[in-house]
Amino acid sequence: MSPGKIMAITIVILGALAAPAFSGETSRTPATDEMVRRANHMALYQGADMKGAVSMVITDRQGRTRKREFNILRRDAGTGDGDQRYYVYFNEPADVRKMSFMVHKYADTAKDDDRWLYMPGLDLVKRIAAGDKRTSFVGSDYLYEDISGRSPLEDTHELTGTTENHYVLKNVPKEPGAVEFAYYLAHIDKKTCIPVKMEFFKKPDRLYRVIEVLKIEGVEALENGRKVLYPTVTRSVARNLDTGGKTEMTLSGVRYNIGLTDQIFTERYLRRPPKEAMR
Amino acid sequence: MKAHSSSWLFLCLAAALLVPAAGICEADRGHGGLLDGFTAEVHGYYELRGGCRTGRDPHEEDMSIMETRLQVDLPVSGKWFDLKYKEDLWADGITEEVGHDTRELWLFSRPAGFLDIKVGRQVLTWGTGDLVFLNDLFPKDWRSFFIGRDAEYLKAPSDAVKLGFFTDTANLDLVYTPRFDPDRFITGEYVSYWNGQLGRLGGRDAIVHARQPDRWFDDDEIALRLYGNVKGYELALYGYRGYWKTPEGQTPSGTPVFPRLNACGFSVRGRTGPGIANIEIAYYRSVDDPRGEDPLVRNSEVRYLAGYAQEIGPDLNGSLQYYVEQMLDWGDYERGLTGAEGKDRLRHVITLQLTQLAMDQNLRLSLSAYYSPSDRDAYVRPNIHYMYTDNIRLELGANIFFGEDPATFFAQFEKNTNIYAALRYSF
Repeated sequence: MSPGKIMAITIVILGALAAPAFSGETSRTPATDEMVRRANHMALYQGADMKGAVSMVITDRQGRTRKREFNILRRDAGTGDGDQRYYVYFNEPADVRKMSFMVHKYADTAKDDDRWLYMPGLDLVKRIAAGDKRTSFVGSDYLYEDISGRSPLEDTHELTGTTENHYVLKNVPKEPGAVEFAYYLAHIDKKTCIPVKMEFFKKPDRLYRVIEVLKIEGVEALENGRKVLYPTVTRSVARNLDTGGKTEMTLSGVRYNIGLTDQIFTERYLRRPPKEAMR
Repeated sequence: MKAHSSSWLFLCLAAALLVPAAGICEADRGHGGLLDGFTAEVHGYYELRGGCRTGRDPHEEDMSIMETRLQVDLPVSGKWFDLKYKEDLWADGITEEVGHDTRELWLFSRPAGFLDIKVGRQVLTWGTGDLVFLNDLFPKDWRSFFIGRDAEYLKAPSDAVKLGFFTDTANLDLVYTPRFDPDRFITGEYVSYWNGQLGRLGGRDAIVHARQPDRWFDDDEIALRLYGNVKGYELALYGYRGYWKTPEGQTPSGTPVFPRLNACGFSVRGRTGPGIANIEIAYYRSVDDPRGEDPLVRNSEVRYLAGYAQEIGPDLNGSLQYYVEQMLDWGDYERGLTGAEGKDRLRHVITLQLTQLAMDQNLRLSLSAYYSPSDRDAYVRPNIHYMYTDNIRLELGANIFFGEDPATFFAQFEKNTNIYAALRYSF
């Protein structure tokens, strides 16, 4: 049996076990797994594809700032919230300008992502070994996994509370040795299902890292010929309470369902970026 | 020296004028035609770089590098084309001259779904090696690499046309260079080397003046790569027709020349275990000496490479490669040697690369090492690279050569062992 199948069966079993725990909740409270699935979808899988411009301001404990600017393209491969392709084109700072970075992300947690980096000064396509996803993304307080998404299959989920606007989910890693946190709390907006706050704890219950959504905007798009509004996080901040550093991330120029083809996520376009990525 | 100081002033002035101009301008996007969606940018850097030999080299200056450099990068982009102009200007304290070098000047277009065209001066790279090149027969600049210029300068530009053809199953790159572009090889001007004719080390007293094939469209080069992706493995076949990139032959009167070379090979690269494995093989056919009988022309060779790269720890990456050069017709080569000690049939090289990022990835510590157990020589390249701000970078590094026999590849450069430092402001 493939690891994917085992995971799928595990989910079903977990779902079945979790269901009775919610029997006391109001009928409008979705089952935990459904909530996790929706939150994951809202955070990473809205639309068949997407483009946007990301700006990060990294501020260290002493108040010194660094800036990162890149354009990002995303396309879902296959059906369901599964494999994805990412294309990142750097504009700032100078030492990474015009570099492009491509990821083929696999939903199967047993399979590492494929990653490539193109360095234009050397005309070099470098294949990057799968790395620890819990390391900083471009030197910011966001981790690689915050950007590409942490698979819901890697944690067990438990609804620990509800507030007026949020469900609070506790997520405990199935492999505690593979990550730096003991668990994290995700505050999920009841209206949009977007995780608006993530609090990461180390043992025993020490909060050390927080990601908070500052702004959500509705982005108009066409889906099967009709107009839809995708609620999209356009401003967020990640704080590392241990280092005293924080990174503010702004997403602008967001467009969904623009018809990106799979061809864009190949060596051809890595070496010479598509117009979609350059502006 | 007078020329040098005035050129210094000129570069400072040019930098001062250009730096505030850095930025982006965009044409009105409302109009159609060629300038639709037109953007132009100005970027570049200004750099001071100095280094010295750690010991005396009777054939070279004590300073290994001493230069101030301005690079101006002008990318222009329209709906149907991209244009790039990248020029370097520098004042060189070693040669006491002002130099300029057009690094890139090309036009790119994607006229059809299956076709990419890039025409002009461009940097070209393919193959799977990490600082080892087998099927990549585009020009290298080992001179810059050995004296501690930025790694970007290891690649010298080609004046070429590159066509890319793309289909669902495989892709083909075809590069035509109408006039041979050799490596910027070691001539003795900056780096002393083993001079076989003199039977000793040579430098500024024995600068190599090679006769270069230089007729347009006659002394040309063609390079091909057919490649595709099968189940996550990148497969490629290569072909080349041109010349040895360094003067691997000489006339009976002793003038270094570039003999003809044909090459073919293949490579595969893909995920294996926790890392990335690569294998590459190339067959070099020395066309002017196909049977290895001519002692004045380098013999044919087969080159083999196997490598593995993986993340070793948080922000720490490593790669290990094993590289072999196998001389063909070695018996004939050995018979052609008149008493002098020649090369081995096989040259083995092990390479190691380590890169550690720290301090929010603003500090990069890297180490590249080449060790040849057959030649018993080595080359070690440590480097510290610190982004003081997003625009200012500081660098400190060394090029360390050692070995027993000064006629072997790395050992010949032993007296060029150097340390260097650089300060770069990017705009």
